[in-house]
Amino acid sequence: TAIKAAVLIQRWYRRYMARIEIRRRYTWSIFQSIEYAGEQDQLQLSSFFTFMLDNFTHLGGASPDLISQFLETTSDPMKEEGRAAKYEKIEVPDSYPGPRLSFPLTVAHTNALLTAFKQQQQQLHARYVLQLLHETKKFLKKLPNIIHLSTSYTKEITICGDLHGKLDDLLLIFYKNGLPSTENPYVFNGDFVDRGKKSVEIIIILFAFLLLYPNDMHLNRGNHEDHIMNLRYGFTKEVMQKYRSHGREILLLLQDVFSLLPLATIIDNKVLIVHGGISDMTDLDYLASIERHRFKSALRPPRMSIDSSQDKGRRQTKGQLPAQSSDGHRSISTRFSSNHLVKQSSGALSSSSSSSLSSSIPESRRMSDIQEKDTSMTSNGRHQLHHRSISPTGILEVPFLDSNVTITPRVPSWEEMEWKQIVDLLWSDPKNQNGCTPNSFRGGGCYFGPDVTLRLLKKYQLKMLIRSHECKQEGYELCHDGQVITIFSASNYYEEGSNRGAYIKLGPDLVPRFFQYQVSKFTRRMTLQQRVSVAEGSALKSLQEKLYAHRSELIAAFKQHDISSTGKWHSSNVLEDYRTVSTSDWASAVESVLRLDLPWRTLRSRLVRLAPDGSVEYMSCFEDLHMGQPIKEVTPSLVETLYRYRTDLEIIFNMIDKDHSGLISMEEFRQTWRLFSSHLHTHVDDAAIDDLARSIDFNKDGSIDFNEFLEAFRVVHKLDSKEKH
Amino acid sequence: MGKSQCKQSYITTSLLELTGKTCVISGKEKTVSWQREKNKMADEKESAEAMISEIHKQITDAFDVFDHEFNKTVDVREVGTIIRSLGCCPSEGELHDLLAEIEEEEPTGYIRFEKFLPTMTKVLMERRYRPIPEDVLLRAFEVLDQEKKGHLEPEELTKYMSEEGEPFTQEEMEEMLSAAVDPDKNVILYKDYVAMMTVEDN
Repeated sequence: TAIKAAVLIQRWYRRYMARIEIRRRYTWSIFQSIEYAGEQDQLQLSSFFTFMLDNFTHLGGASPDLISQFLETTSDPMKEEGRAAKYEKIEVPDSYPGPRLSFPLTVAHTNALLTAFKQQQQQLHARYVLQLLHETKKFLKKLPNIIHLSTSYTKEITICGDLHGKLDDLLLIFYKNGLPSTENPYVFNGDFVDRGKKSVEIIIILFAFLLLYPNDMHLNRGNHEDHIMNLRYGFTKEVMQKYRSHGREILLLLQDVFSLLPLATIIDNKVLIVHGGISDMTDLDYLASIERHRFKSALRPPRMSIDSSQDKGRRQTKGQLPAQSSDGHRSISTRFSSNHLVKQSSGALSSSSSSSLSSSIPESRRMSDIQEKDTSMTSNGRHQLHHRSISPTGILEVPFLDSNVTITPRVPSWEEMEWKQIVDLLWSDPKNQNGCTPNSFRGGGCYFGPDVTLRLLKKYQLKMLIRSHECKQEGYELCHDGQVITIFSASNYYEEGSNRGAYIKLGPDLVPRFFQYQVSKFTRRMTLQQRVSVAEGSALKSLQEKLYAHRSELIAAFKQHDISSTGKWHSSNVLEDYRTVSTSDWASAVESVLRLDLPWRTLRSRLVRLAPDGSVEYMSCFEDLHMGQPIKEVTPSLVETLYRYRTDLEIIFNMIDKDHSGLISMEEFRQTWRLFSSHLHTHVDDAAIDDLARSIDFNKDGSIDFNEFLEAFRVVHKLDSKEKH
Repeated sequence: MGKSQCKQSYITTSLLELTGKTCVISGKEKTVSWQREKNKMADEKESAEAMISEIHKQITDAFDVFDHEFNKTVDVREVGTIIRSLGCCPSEGELHDLLAEIEEEEPTGYIRFEKFLPTMTKVLMERRYRPIPEDVLLRAFEVLDQEKKGHLEPEELTKYMSEEGEPFTQEEMEEMLSAAVDPDKNVILYKDYVAMMTVEDN
């Protein structure tokens, strides 16, 4: 009886907890899928830039000036000293309350910075930011690609993972673990910026400590230390918002600084620390010799002019590596034969590994198709890459899926080899099965298995690999038999309560100790149920927005299933809004359009309404959302397209708007849209765009306030607006 | 004679009276009813198949949430969660028995989908381990509340949950208390607790 009662309660309770657990899991899946899908979209944006870069002659009417705005900025001819003098001249008003820096930095400066950011919520003046970055750049130039550290007799090294602009996490780590100093060395493993709102503050603090304790503070580059990623994931926006006048200059300087960050750190010759991971082709010696600063962005190979690409053709036949970099390629003599790469250190590589050279984007990406078409046009008959690989004009392309073109695999150049080494380090993820496959989830880098890890560790006599790059619920995770540790330091990454953050302390015994934490907005601890509900709500909202963004395609897919299941088109005896399809049809339709690998059946009840017979009322998943403002006289599909790409459009607008006025001219708007839509292969009527632009113009003398424009495409969740009223 | 036989002969006889034909008609009658039976069985089979198909998909979905490596295996320690999320409410002992059916001969720490699916399908079809209705749950709490106070002290509940039945881990206990204990009065108002938690089930 008492026992029986107890058992009963326990049974029921365990079941209740299981249900929370499964909600937590799929919430996590949703966040991750959307995140990685977003990162793939990112490639779309940068491939767009590449597309324009290489095809401006084909884009009728677009002025070179507009194009040049998108181009990667050429390096400022002004010398370093000249720049320093320029920064000196920037005036700081007496009324400025924030910290004032002078170089070389002292502990007083770093304390002032911490106090300013933590308590006073002040902003560092642009002049000091520029000066700080300038000094950081000078310092980083002297560093090698791979830093070697040692745990001397007493020191423990602290290793932190992704911070992503979460200043509170950094401050919490410093609070728990102490500030960096000669007695307290730190390694930060990349991804300091993007997503969170305080990326600027974080890099200021990290760089300041870097200059103050050059031997005890170490930063690795992450995949988000990349201006193209920053365009999309918020860092660029943050900088521009916080620094209206000098933002652009700060961003330019940051490009250099990011590209100068070291790629890896090795402790005691036993522990390798990189941001993403490794691949079966990772070669640390080769990596050590690369000129890392040439790779401003890991998303595209170093810019090559048409000339150099033609050079490559010649290089193919010659098969000789031109003597280039100043520090020379020590142990590398790379000779290119038809399909194989022979390296002195590692022997012949089979052609199978050349497939891991590339990454593939699943399904056909329309923009890549266009890219294929155009690049082959401009190639003057030269054999372009037709199988999955990287062409000099684009990043990651998929083959022309329908084509029967004979595949002549082009030999990858040494520049691309170098680029691949870096991409692999910054973008790869571990997996549990053996082998090394292209990371299609991310669109870059590899999935590397335990065998790859083992081989690499053995080759360089290492004990373990510490990496970051993936959010983990407990802040850290071990895999590959404990040989690979993932460390992630941004707690509540997806949502309040979604995950913990952690850091590692490593002593001379090289046995890692993990420390977890979680930043909390609320003083009273939420129960698991509450935490999961909050996170779940947020995930579901994101998912609903995703559904909304693909509304037309989804409806078309649903209707397909609707017809086929009944054999005939439902006559209007059933109201449009209440049409149904079976659950499995619904799930397969959603999966095929959104391409997100999620447990749709489990999620079904949270996203749609069910009819009495158990089938899905497929229109109900759009009911909850509606556009913030009604947009008149515009075709529905245009609205949807604009909604889907509004983030990209915002980025482009911000780039065009040189004077940061928030306004762009009608002409610029039109051209931008024309380019973008042609790249996306969405035939948008010019007249429709004009109408749209005009309707938003609101008598601003031919300029469009693009913030207002974008505001129009913000969706509002019905529940949110209900709460407001 | 049995009832059905009676009926049959009656029909035969009356038709006989009407048409004068005998064997053919009664044969047709038999065919029709047999046909009807067959159709009924086919319908049932179809709906059973549809039901099984739907159950399979539910199981697959739940399984996939925990299949981190996308290779149709899950960690054995998560199987309990999967089973419970599918609507079952087994005790730990029942769970162990079930696991014995699903595990490999040589336990690998992983459960394969091929073994999980048939066993789980049977469980769901047979409606085994049904969840406890709210009133039964409430009575269970009342049993523990020996003094009939209407609430439980945290220490009382802890004692029962950790020492009786299939004991909770410390973590489970802490989690339960964090949600169950009323922060103002520092007791467990189990009536409210049960009500709040069982809303979840629907």
